[in-house]
Amino acid sequence: MDLENQKRVKEFAEKYGAENLVVILGAAEGEAAGLAAETVTNGDPTFAGPLTGVQLGLSVFHICEPEIKELVDESVYDEQVGMMEMVLDVDDIISEMSAIREEFCKYL
Amino acid sequence: MNSVILGSSYIMVHAPDMVIHNGSTQTTERAVNPNSEYLKEIKNNLRTFDQAVAYLPNQAYIGNIAPDELAKYEMPWFDKPLEGATRDGRFGEIMPQDEFILLMQIVDAFDLVKLEKEFVSAAKSKLMNHPLFDEGLIGRIKEGEDSAAIQKYVDTEHAEPIYNEGQLVGCVKRAHDIDINLSGHVMFENLVSKASNVLALLNLVSKNKINKEEIEYVIECSEEACGDVNQRGGGNFAKACAEVAGFVNATGSDTRGFCAAPTHAIIEAASLVKAGVFKKVVVCAGGSTAKLGMNGKDHLKKGYPILEDTIGGFAVLIGENDGVNPEINLDLVGRHTVGTGSSPQAVITSLVSSLDKAGMKITDVDKYSVEMQNPEVTKPAGAGDVPLANYKMIGALAVKRGEIDKKELAEFTEKHGMTGWAPTQGHIPSGIPYLGFCREDILSGKIKNAMIIGKGSLFLGRMTNLFDGVSFIIEANKGLQEEKSAVSEEEVKTLIAKALKDFASNLLNE
Amino acid sequence: MSLLKDKKIIIIGDRDGIPGQAIEECVKTAGGEIVFSSTECFV
Repeated sequence: MDLENQKRVKEFAEKYGAENLVVILGAAEGEAAGLAAETVTNGDPTFAGPLTGVQLGLSVFHICEPEIKELVDESVYDEQVGMMEMVLDVDDIISEMSAIREEFCKYL
Repeated sequence: MNSVILGSSYIMVHAPDMVIHNGSTQTTERAVNPNSEYLKEIKNNLRTFDQAVAYLPNQAYIGNIAPDELAKYEMPWFDKPLEGATRDGRFGEIMPQDEFILLMQIVDAFDLVKLEKEFVSAAKSKLMNHPLFDEGLIGRIKEGEDSAAIQKYVDTEHAEPIYNEGQLVGCVKRAHDIDINLSGHVMFENLVSKASNVLALLNLVSKNKINKEEIEYVIECSEEACGDVNQRGGGNFAKACAEVAGFVNATGSDTRGFCAAPTHAIIEAASLVKAGVFKKVVVCAGGSTAKLGMNGKDHLKKGYPILEDTIGGFAVLIGENDGVNPEINLDLVGRHTVGTGSSPQAVITSLVSSLDKAGMKITDVDKYSVEMQNPEVTKPAGAGDVPLANYKMIGALAVKRGEIDKKELAEFTEKHGMTGWAPTQGHIPSGIPYLGFCREDILSGKIKNAMIIGKGSLFLGRMTNLFDGVSFIIEANKGLQEEKSAVSEEEVKTLIAKALKDFASNLLNE
Repeated sequence: MSLLKDKKIIIIGDRDGIPGQAIEECVKTAGGEIVFSSTECFV
């Protein structure tokens, strides 16, 4: 994850409390989604950014996951994400995301 | 009449030492994690010049294998070198780093590039055999300095070091003691951009037998900024490059727009020519060292070599309609507007729906050239197969418009799409890499038209959260036709006669 | 209870996936307060 984004996530966790944050991702692939999710839960796996070694355990989802999708107005979701859903490997994204959440997420 | 594409060139520079010392992923790593495994490993996973030359996507970029040929090879490609591959391409060339370092000095107008003596003499003899480097250019190479002098510039004067095969062989001095806009680092990046751009221009002239004195305007469309503290992006790389390439009758300007800039620039060039302002306009760009090894960590993790080891460049010549070459149809320009929104479907709809103006279906366009990044570079990094994702979106739009059936989606992406081959050099892969093949495919009748799409991540500049994109259509030349003027000669005569009569009667009435 | 109710939302979009702004539009309809939205780029 971009270093500036990591810094912002860390600052928001300090400001609002990790339990009050939800991170929503838009990554193009399961693996990239998993890496970003790992970054905001277990720390930056690439050891490059401010979240290195910081285990925030944030609640994190991909926008295409059913948990989030069902909360979004159907027509808006269709307009913003619908066609991209055809392009992405949503199943792969879901399996990567749930694995990371199960392992590292502290606020579910 | 529409302007036409008269020719193009595509060049690469293999720059393994610049991956280590100038790629932003590596410089960032060195700042935050100086002892990391990655920094230790990277040296052992760089390709040799011959390996980079024989890499299939690179051979496609310089025009030696066509995109549909490349698609026949199963990935991974890095372990399938093209037999008999050479650095010379039908559209350009792949230059080794040592020659390129000399080229940086050739294009340096401010005596900033200092090179070590022995390095110069060894590399110079190579460059002297290069057919595009005449005495005028070679004569700009200086004899060189002692290595101690170079070391001193680096140690005490903040010069940006230049390495070759792990050795310090030169540096780019800062152009001002205080102004960070003219620091050694910035000057290095700008000189790399300029040098790779000039290499593209030299190839454009030679590969397409162009009379360089006929070129009247140059539009440069890279992602660099040159200027000083009072005008950070003051610019005109275009004219600076035209000067070295010997375009004595040209002026020019720079167009910026992230990865979308080349497509914007072609539309501008085609418009200038169509409007009759200039007869021949070149659109060009050099490459970037910051992006070298951008996804290197992921490549090593997957057991790949560092694939982002080449700087890219290109040049395209747009001219008046000659009745032969493919036309740029300016009636069918697509654009992502401020009000379009940033959902992927809104973006692609805005770019493709320009077809409606001509009552065309999405399937009426034979080939779409989108963001043609080499998927072998992006997939291990989690960005997916970027061209394929674009084709799926265009196909999905065709399904939504009722022009193809959902079952035909895979077939659509294959028939109207291409496998990506361009280096991840930002603006370089965006739409433009296909222009060389496209011109040939249209001239040979293999396809009748193509849509070129450029997209840009404007939000990276932190000035807006907007996305951007533009598109245009290239089509077979319709042949020279008499321009139908809006008013015939007869009508003009009648109008003048009437005006004179009115004038006379006014005089009489006074 | 909604996952997003009374939460502060951070959006990390992807240029080649779903961009931040598109996620914002979705999240606005689902409740929760967006405190940050950004889009990453790998190319």
